[in-house]
This record gives sequence, C-alpha cells and structure tokens, in this order.
Amino acid sequence: MSALGGGLNPREIELEAGAAEGGEIAVTGSPWKLVGRTFAQNKLALVGLGLIVLMFLFSFIGPLIYHTNQTYGNIDFVNQAPGGSFPLGADDEGYNILGRLMVAGRPSLEVGLAVGFVSVVFGLIVGAISGYFGGWLDSLLMRIVDIGLAIPIVLLFIFMADIFKPDLLLLMILLVLISWLVPARIVRGEALSLRTREYVQAVKGMGGGSSRIILKHLIPNTIGTIMVTITFQVANSILVLSILQFLGSGLPPTTPTWGGMLEGGIAFLQDGYWWQVYPALVCIVLTIVAFNLVGDALQDAFDVRLQER
Amino acid sequence: MNLVPGNCQAPGEPGQERHLITGFIIRRLGQSIVVLIGVTLIAYLLLYLLNAQSPNYIARVILTSRALPPAIKQFNQANFLNRSFFVQYGHFMWNLVRLRLGTSYFHSQSVKSLLANELPRDILLGGLSLIFSLLIAIPLGIAQAVKRNKTVDYVGTAVSFSLYSMPPYAIAIILIQLLSISFHIFPAEAPQGQGWLSMLEHPSGLVLPVVSLTLVSYAYFSRYMRSSALDTLAQDYIRTARAKGLPERLVLWRHLLKNSLVTVVTLVGLSIPTVITGTLIIEQVFNFPGAGLEYYLAVTQNDFQVMLAITVLVGIITVLGNLMADIGYAILDPRVRY
Repeated sequence: MSALGGGLNPREIELEAGAAEGGEIAVTGSPWKLVGRTFAQNKLALVGLGLIVLMFLFSFIGPLIYHTNQTYGNIDFVNQAPGGSFPLGADDEGYNILGRLMVAGRPSLEVGLAVGFVSVVFGLIVGAISGYFGGWLDSLLMRIVDIGLAIPIVLLFIFMADIFKPDLLLLMILLVLISWLVPARIVRGEALSLRTREYVQAVKGMGGGSSRIILKHLIPNTIGTIMVTITFQVANSILVLSILQFLGSGLPPTTPTWGGMLEGGIAFLQDGYWWQVYPALVCIVLTIVAFNLVGDALQDAFDVRLQER
Repeated sequence: MNLVPGNCQAPGEPGQERHLITGFIIRRLGQSIVVLIGVTLIAYLLLYLLNAQSPNYIARVILTSRALPPAIKQFNQANFLNRSFFVQYGHFMWNLVRLRLGTSYFHSQSVKSLLANELPRDILLGGLSLIFSLLIAIPLGIAQAVKRNKTVDYVGTAVSFSLYSMPPYAIAIILIQLLSISFHIFPAEAPQGQGWLSMLEHPSGLVLPVVSLTLVSYAYFSRYMRSSALDTLAQDYIRTARAKGLPERLVLWRHLLKNSLVTVVTLVGLSIPTVITGTLIIEQVFNFPGAGLEYYLAVTQNDFQVMLAITVLVGIITVLGNLMADIGYAILDPRVRY
C-alpha cells in the first residue's frame, strides 16, 4: 500500500483500483483470473450479483408470469390492504402494487445501465485525451468538467424537466450529459500518471502515434477503474432517477416508476398505508445496494491484482 | 508551515514556498472565475431556451395570458428579451454583478429579500447537520481504522454502506415513520416561523430535518474518513512516533487525528453538491421553508428570477467549496506540489 498511500487526495482514493504496471493487457491472462477469484471469494459481492439478477428477473420476466392491469386502476380496490389477489395491496388509484413494482423496475434498470455504460465510455474518451495531451486541451476540457460539476444535478434537472418534459430517451441523454463528468476526471487522473510510464515512452520511441498509445495502452490499463466506475455510475443513475421521480420531475406520472410510486404513497404514510411506501422503497434501496456491493468488490479485486503483482 | 506534524521538510526556502502557494491560489482563483462564468452561461442558456421554445413565454407567464401584444412587446424591450442571446446574457450578468437579482413575481418581493429570509434557515439546517455529521464521522472513522476488521469496523462499515445506498428521502421517510408516526416524539414538519430565530423556538420540529441531513452528510464523509485514517496509520511517522515510545493516545491525537483533519477540510469542500441535493430533498419532505423548497416552488411556478438566482448561488457555493478544498489542502499539507 505504501506506493498508493501518502498524500492521497480523497478524490483519488477511489481510483486506487486499476492502472496496471505493464504493457498491453491482452498479453497476459492471469491477472483476470486473480481478479475473478478475489471477486468470487467475496460473499457480499455474490449477494450483490444475485440481487441484480433477481431484480432483472422480477422486472422483466415477472410481468410475463404475474399478469396485472397497469393501464387502468380498479376503483373497487382503492387503497386495498395486502391480501387475497393483492399480495402487496393496491394504491390510491387501485393499481395492484406487486404488479406495478415489476413494471416500474424497468425504467430504473434500463436508465441505470444505459447511462452507466454510455457516460463512462464518453468520460473515458474525454479523460484519456485530456490526460494524455495535457496543455490547453486539458485545461479546456477540465474547466468544462468543473462547470458541469458546479451545477447541482438535481436543480438542473428540475429546471430541464420543466422545459423539455422528458421521455425515457431524453431523460437518458440528459443524465448522460451530466454523468460523464466524474468518470472523465477519474480517467484523466489515471492517464496523467500512465503517460509517463516506461512502456508509453517505449511506444513513442518506436514511433507509435498518439491514437495507438491512447487506444492500446492508456485505455486498456484503466480497465479496472472503468469497471468500478461503471458499476458505481449505474447505482448513481438509479439513485438520481429515483430522486427526480420522487420530486415529480422525471418521467411523466403515467409511466410507473419506483420513485413515482413512493411519491404517491408518502401522502398516505400518516394513514398507515405502509404498503404504498415500503415495497417501492425496498426495491430502490436493494437495487442500489446491489450495484454498490458489486462495485466495492470489484474495487477490492482490482486492488488485490495490484498488491500481488 | 509546520501545521502538520510528522511531515518531511518541504523543499526550497520558506520565501519561495510562500511564493509558490500564492501563485497556486491566484491560478486557482482564475479558474474558479472561469467556472462561475460557465455556470451563469448555462443557467441563462436554459432560460433562453425556454423562452425560445415557445415565443414570449416569460412575458406571458409574468404578464398573465390576458396580456395584449403591445404590453408583451414593451415587456420584452424593457427586459432585453427581444435581443440576441449574448445581449440578454450581458444584461443579466451586469445586473448580477451589481447584485440586482430582480423580483420574484410570484411572491411580489425582491429576490434578495426572499433569499435574505431563507438562507439563514438553510445555514442553520446545513450548519447543524455538518457539525453533527463531522462529530460522528471523524471519531468513528479513526476508531474503525485503529480497530480494523474488528466489530466496530464491521458495524461502522455496514451502517455507512447502508446509508450511502439510500436516497436522502428514504432516510427521511424511515425517520418520520419511526420517530413521528410509530412513536410520537418529534413532529414531521419543520417549524414555519418567519425568521430563523423563531425556528429555534420550536426546536423539536428541527430535530428530524437536521438528523436526516446529518445522516446524508455522514454517509458521504464516512466513506473517506476510514480509508484516509488507514492511509495515515500506514505512514512512517506513525511508526516513528510509536517507536520513540509515544503513548498510543498521543500517537492517535497528535499524529493521526490532526492529519485526518486535512482530509476533513477537503471533504467538507467537496461534499457541498451532495449536501445541497440532500437539503433540497429534506426541505421538500419536511416542508422546511428554505431556499431548496423555494427553488422547487419557483420551478413549478415558473418564477424565473428565483430559479436563476438560486442556480447561480448554488454554483458559487460549489465553486467556493472546491476552492476551499484545494487551497486548504495545499496550505495544510506541505507535501502537495503545485
């Protein structure tokens, strides 16, 4: 740890994963086995992975098995307590909550995964270019990142949702627009240190161009950081989405979402209609916990790869 | 410069050192100004887009739908809304620099007096929860690092992990359920008094909002406090301090705690966006009459001046937080190179 410790900036504490010493990663296979083994030994990581699979099955396969009408509520069963044909009760519009939870999981998972991947890939490209070339390009790109990070996400989103009235695709684009900032900064930090390594100098000496260095050396060597960042970004996107839904600034209320169900249910908390609040709350928290568990485990696994080298 | 014990001597003459720090601070200030201009540009661009998307939108909202075209034209001229984006933006910035924040048409009150009313309450909420969260996070982080892989560490990690994975409203809802609905100990609504002092007359109403925000901030701090303390514990000067026979209590107090405080300065600065998002949600849940709730109302009421003012204000606070983090870090930790 001594090489990693010392004057670590808290921004960089999470960056400890990744950044292998060595050349092009594809040459060796054993580090991946080590990462995989460490990951599999971590019981919490397997719990997280299991939860993610469970949530996907629940949201995408569940509605195919358990049919409920989520287009029209049944007014005979408004605020129905759990029991009978309503295992988790009904909400204030008579929708079956168990069925609604399943359908409502889809946008969260779709947005989370899509935004997580796209924003990290985008941030990766910007960060690698910024860190590798340095100079005015680096200053320009990093100021753009600073500006983006200085605008609080949720304020910006309430503002934007007011203008655009987003659908699923637009919401994803807006989320990507703000989510690439942190990955870009993280990858830039890695690229800054990687570009001074001997193997990069060697490629330069052999006449390798910038694009070769960035694509074949910088980016593959940040793979650990990238995987960890994607996982945390997925969790974060689901969190931000649920906050927006809770504040009523995300998808239109006609689309079932966990955050939206919570927003509807919280008004009845005082009446003791717990089934309108807690099932959705549990779904959101479990999903975020699952992705965070996997992210933490990946981080540890990549740390081990560094330590045992 | 010897604020942090146990660090090696910084290279160069003391005068040169100070010179370097001054240069760093000036460069950093310059960057902050660029970022602030960017923030105002984006905030105004959003408003401009809103007005461009449906023509005369701002005029129609403020003058109501019954306004006749001449009135709209006059309004647009008076507010530069018929001019190009950069003229509009320049006008907005010129007003901003002179601290003319405009009038909230919804409250029929100047934005400045509105904020003067609300910000002290936010400072009360934010300040109290910041103090409490640090009072929990610092000792607990150190205890976890010292007793690594013992019960304290596992419990602390589990708690902070759960809190970190919870959206701020989830924390608030659970607290309301437990302390307000199941056991009627604290009210679920924040005090609605006029000034911030009158809020203090009903402290029981402040408990749940403050505790919720404390937990949100604690979740942020705890993630870093433990690993920072672990890093410090692995340093050579800790080993030296122990080797020379310094009692463990003094090792922890003089070397570990004081070095960890360097991290705290940085963390507090960087946590500001998280805390502001948390504040917005907590204010919404507890109906706490602060700037976050005001912003939310302003958006739903299309109260443009308030929206702009609060966005820019939050941008300024965030930039200042980052600045504080970087400069504080550079001053307190002589190992940082500029």
